[in-house]
Amino acid sequence: MSRTGPLLSARGVGVRYDDNPILSDVDVDIRGGELVVLVGPNGAGKSTLLGVLAGDIEPTVGGVSLDDKPLPAYAARELARQRGVQLQKQGLAFGFRVREVVQMGRSPWHRTAREDDDERVVSESMQRADVVEFAARLYPTLSGGEQARTSFARLLAQETPVLMLDEPTAALDIRHQESLLAVARSAAQAGAAVVVVLHDLSLAAAYADRIVMLAHGRVCANGVPRDVLTSELLTEVYEHPVEVIDHAGALLVVPVRTRAVESHAGEEVRCATPWPHA
Amino acid sequence: MTAAVVEHQRAGIRALAGRIGLLGGLSIALVVSLVFAAGHGQLDVPPSEVLGSVLHKLGLDLGPVPHHPQGENTLWQVRFPRVVMAALAGACLATAGALMQGVFGNPLAEPGVVGVSAGAAVAAATVIVFELTFAGTWTVAICAFIGGLLTTLLVYAMSRDGGRTEVVTLVLTGIAVNAVASAGLAFLMFLGDTQAREEIVFWQLGSLNGSRWEYVGVVAPMAAVGLGAALFLAPRLDLLALGDRAARHVGVDVERLRMTTIVVVAVLTAAAVAFCGIISFVGLVVPHLIRMVAGPGHRLLVPASALGGAVLLVLADLWARTLIAYADLPIGMLTALVGGPFFFWLIRRARRTAGGWA
Repeated sequence: MSRTGPLLSARGVGVRYDDNPILSDVDVDIRGGELVVLVGPNGAGKSTLLGVLAGDIEPTVGGVSLDDKPLPAYAARELARQRGVQLQKQGLAFGFRVREVVQMGRSPWHRTAREDDDERVVSESMQRADVVEFAARLYPTLSGGEQARTSFARLLAQETPVLMLDEPTAALDIRHQESLLAVARSAAQAGAAVVVVLHDLSLAAAYADRIVMLAHGRVCANGVPRDVLTSELLTEVYEHPVEVIDHAGALLVVPVRTRAVESHAGEEVRCATPWPHA
Repeated sequence: MTAAVVEHQRAGIRALAGRIGLLGGLSIALVVSLVFAAGHGQLDVPPSEVLGSVLHKLGLDLGPVPHHPQGENTLWQVRFPRVVMAALAGACLATAGALMQGVFGNPLAEPGVVGVSAGAAVAAATVIVFELTFAGTWTVAICAFIGGLLTTLLVYAMSRDGGRTEVVTLVLTGIAVNAVASAGLAFLMFLGDTQAREEIVFWQLGSLNGSRWEYVGVVAPMAAVGLGAALFLAPRLDLLALGDRAARHVGVDVERLRMTTIVVVAVLTAAAVAFCGIISFVGLVVPHLIRMVAGPGHRLLVPASALGGAVLLVLADLWARTLIAYADLPIGMLTALVGGPFFFWLIRRARRTAGGWA
């Protein structure tokens, strides 16, 4: 537990599909106790990097080690005790109930001493992900946001020192976006290494210890939110004017909306002079 | 918190009671239907005499023995091997269906629909036509197993994409495989003599007529191995429902589990098909009914499907041979007659509900 080096470390990672470079020269370290957010425009390679870090995608060059041991050296079950993943899309082939889906997160611990905690951990995870109220419902009948929260509960139930979440907040309402990231944060404070892919840069600013920004498959910035989320860098990377506002100590990232301003101006005109055909 | 735990423990006890109730109920239904089916036919033997005959054979001097002079012979030479074969074949087919649905993540997968039975049938017909006997009574079973395995692997390789199998792809793959297999069967019938032809036709229709202890002796060990392996694999099949990636994230060696399951499906299908021919839809109907009663968890689904399939086929066979006096209807025809509309109903339902279809 009292390690100083990174828990998860990617070195020189490159992924190519049919000669198209998806990721090149990526070096990333994630330490226990920190929440790292991956950001970047569509197609920047965020999900691919997460897939590589999770051991789903074998990099064309380079490699990832978890706890100083290369990922391919892990057996599936052994790896599942080290890292849990919440995917962007969560399908389920049969009509299992929410509680049963959360219990599936406990399967890496079957036939070990930690199996005794199953009941408690599942109940706690369901409370933390706020899925208790629909625990008995069938997973395929849930809304997208409820399915995402169920998957988050399953991830928590897995009790791994490394947590990876691919756009966990995409389908969530504001309250659950905040509560999910707050729980992820508290997991990091308790010592876990947490990697989250996010699109919402203000959310990233609020919850990240460190932000890794990807563009065209490369890391273009890696640091604390205040250093990475600057108007100049975001404008360049997202190819759209972006403003970063410091609002009472919180960073708010807002795109500059030229069209919105125009229509607003039109409205003013409409109010000043009555519509001729009215 | 503690209230929730207590509540959950109660739910757990209820689930356990339900589990025992379902499996116990199905076991009793199986015994009753075996006794009942063994006693019925052209020569009726009352259930008490059936039981008495079994107990006497086991060395227990209990109950009445068949009063009819041919009763004892009929039971032991004709009826018992037949009902036992029906139970074994039903258990194998239903279990194979349940496993296949778990592996494909698709409730429409079934050995018959997908064409695995047909693949096994082609191999078995080859044995019949060329009069292969390299392994004695086992020859048909071994070839059916190889044919079934190859077909399953083929369907699997052709219809999977991104870790899931789409309903349409699966059904179309089944049509293609069945078409090729029936072409193979047709060719073999063309090659074979009249006797081989007749044998193959019977086989395609599926029948338990002519089951002998000798055949049961081949099917029973295969069924035992297949069912044992199925029970062993069952808990992990639940996790495959999450999809390949997520299943790997919770520690399943997806490829290995899937390959093992496919071999088990081939063993079970071959066991059922080797001497009984193609009996379709059992693997579709039974697991589906069990899922409606007991939910999709494979720990319960697999054993309950085995028992349910056995009950279904014993009763279906009884129906097939007693529906018309002095006629033995092909059982495959009956199961398809009932299973076809059921399959159609499933497809209709799948279109309406967003119940996790690929």
